[in-house]
Amino acid sequence: MAAKLAYIFFSMILVNNYVLVKFLGICPFLGVSKKLNSAFGMSCAVIFVMTLATAVTWPMQQLLNHFDIGYLQTIVFILIIAVLVQLVEVIMKKYMPPLHQALGVYLPLITTNCAVLGVTILNIDNGYTFGESIVCALGAGVGFMLAMVMFSGVRKRLEEAKPPKCFEGLPITLVAAAFTSISFMGFGGIIENIFKIS
Amino acid sequence: MSIVIAILVVTVVGLIGAGILVLAAKFMHVEEDPRIAQVQECLPGANCGACGYAGCADYAKAIVNGAPVNKCLPGGTAAAEGAASIMGVSAGETAIVNAVVGCQGANEICKKKYEYEGISSCRAAHSLFSGPYACPYGCIGFGDCVQVCQFDAIHVENGLAKVDPAKCTGCGMCKDVCPQKIIWMHNSKDKPVVLCANHDKGAMTNKQCSIGCIGCMKCEKNCPEQAIKVNNFVARIDYDKCTGCGKCVEVCPKNVIMKPADF
Repeated sequence: MAAKLAYIFFSMILVNNYVLVKFLGICPFLGVSKKLNSAFGMSCAVIFVMTLATAVTWPMQQLLNHFDIGYLQTIVFILIIAVLVQLVEVIMKKYMPPLHQALGVYLPLITTNCAVLGVTILNIDNGYTFGESIVCALGAGVGFMLAMVMFSGVRKRLEEAKPPKCFEGLPITLVAAAFTSISFMGFGGIIENIFKIS
Repeated sequence: MSIVIAILVVTVVGLIGAGILVLAAKFMHVEEDPRIAQVQECLPGANCGACGYAGCADYAKAIVNGAPVNKCLPGGTAAAEGAASIMGVSAGETAIVNAVVGCQGANEICKKKYEYEGISSCRAAHSLFSGPYACPYGCIGFGDCVQVCQFDAIHVENGLAKVDPAKCTGCGMCKDVCPQKIIWMHNSKDKPVVLCANHDKGAMTNKQCSIGCIGCMKCEKNCPEQAIKVNNFVARIDYDKCTGCGKCVEVCPKNVIMKPADF
């Protein structure tokens, strides 16, 4: 059991990294990775929302299955995630103003983040139990953070690198993102062998 | 039957979510100064950052916290007075900032060195010997500035860009896009501007353009405040010293120096 959870957790970070391997949540990955601080803040918000969203959507899916309308998954999940994020924002504004100041800008961005929706839906598709889903969401969030923090370092170098004029800005960033992504493909198969799960 | 259940379930989920949010908004309401929203109404909402804050919302917050109300360039006097009446302070002087195209080389005035048939963009033409005009410093006239202007305040007439001071808000978008760097920001109605950027020697300038600064130094010698200096064959005015007396405008043999009212 523990081995399975550890396997899910680490494979979500390295092998199935949401940003670099599954290409979900590219928008904040390119938009917010300019500075280390904001990349870290955004990632914290994503981890929080992903875990919370999974904790709510997994029981919700059981309800949908009970009524035999599992196909409404996407619509209901978007609804739930949006409500959840708004709620979290209101609560934070009231009780944790400093945290709201730090995360406030990124929270509305997460409302429609495909990585959050992706992790909730893929949990259901993979047939995970509730505990496994939570661990998977946590791993996906940490993987997102790893990608963001790593890439903000890459971007810092890119800004000093002075690429040719036509490559400046987004083009060279995309090229760098592609290289980072390819490097993560090297992790394929490692986690399975470490935890001896076929 | 299943469609009814589907509609019911989604409706109920939506209603529960809405209910939770309404309750949350009610019980966890954080008081915000209502004046922030009012001040923001007065600002143009361009989020240009000319005031030195991140955006209009940020500046509105700063005004309520005591920042000066006259920092908004696009909003000008109207925004300052609106914000001032809400805050109960005096509006103060808003700086008038207008863009000025530092060139008078329209089609017949400045000669052409070649016929340009590439794409119609100053930046593209600039890469080919600094544009088709004989003068490599002047307005190329394809209107890259016209395209970026949000306020319809700059137009190309006869191969030369002209700013409409009534519409110009001084946002500086045209200044940044001009490949010749001949659009300047000018903040006075009375002080003259040297409308030329030609750094070639006088004889060379004369061959290229009939209204170009030849670096004759007449303005420099006649300025009572020593505010105007010829540097690298083109006159430049130090606006900290300039009093707007207009002496240089009178003596300039090429009519290159002008007051904003005469552009």
